[in-house]
Amino acid sequence: MAFLDLFIVNKSGGLIHHRSLSEKAPQIGTNEWLRIGSTFHSLHAIAAEASPVRGKIDDGIELIESEGLVLCCFQTRTGIKFVLTAEPGTGYLQKVLKEIYVAYTDCALKDPFYELEMPIRCELFTQAVNDVMSRFGNR
Amino acid sequence: MSRSTKETSILDRNILKQRSDQVSLSAFSYIYSELVQYHQSRVSNISELEEKLASAGYGVGFKVLELLAYRSRENKRETRIMSILQFISSIAWKALFGKAADSLERSIDHADEYMIFDYNPVTSIYVSAHQSAADAYISGVIAGILEGAGFTATVSAHAVQLEEGESRRSSIGLPVKKDKAVFLVKFSPQILERDTTLER
Repeated sequence: MAFLDLFIVNKSGGLIHHRSLSEKAPQIGTNEWLRIGSTFHSLHAIAAEASPVRGKIDDGIELIESEGLVLCCFQTRTGIKFVLTAEPGTGYLQKVLKEIYVAYTDCALKDPFYELEMPIRCELFTQAVNDVMSRFGNR
Repeated sequence: MSRSTKETSILDRNILKQRSDQVSLSAFSYIYSELVQYHQSRVSNISELEEKLASAGYGVGFKVLELLAYRSRENKRETRIMSILQFISSIAWKALFGKAADSLERSIDHADEYMIFDYNPVTSIYVSAHQSAADAYISGVIAGILEGAGFTATVSAHAVQLEEGESRRSSIGLPVKKDKAVFLVKFSPQILERDTTLER
């Protein structure tokens, strides 16, 4: 029951943050991560278009469940997507994503030296994500 | 004639009553972040940014000194270095930030330098890099207070690593910082001379 990876995609599909959250996470190179980010962004948009029931503005992929993986996505009003992958059976995915979103609003958006839509290099954000992970029992 | 119900503007409020209004930290952080970003787009390096932020705080310092001196009902103004620094680190800090500064020390190496410590200044709570640049505003406020009180000094902000024994006190929800902020106050030689003559 472990969280595997976290990645954050900006409004235009570029990857602005990625990190692995446990040793069980697969080793993926940075370029591969960029490709994953933009692919997910496109799939998210296509899923919203292809859906027979359209409604709110944050339509799109919310959850992908498979035998080996659970992927949960949270899209903000501004189009930033927070995506978390975990082993099947892990609980609190939505809650963790919301907490990471709060950490993002605090440590990235209130930092005057952080440029919007750019890769997040804020140490306070990394620490805050560590805190969230330790609170939700990830080793 | 009865008083008509009109909104009381800030100029009609009693200046002596210290209102302990609470302001949202998020609101302050966003406004201050915008101030920093405004200046960043108009300067070419970080020391210029520090200068701009310090000059923004300078005017605040003068006004804060006037207001707090009036409210404290003291009949005499401070003439000694230690007393004005204690005024800044306790009364001014409490009025501006809600709590006194964490400590005030005299430098061992230089006789004209004093240091005010604050573990988590409000201007850089959410700042990851260039913490001392964001705190330049507070340096400006201190410099304004000192200038208004008749002490010429240069104030600079620095980030110093927390020592082992020091507790990283932080309220729940705020990021835990690894550095504490030091405001280095360097007085000019005339002020030091004046202070030593007053001692006698």
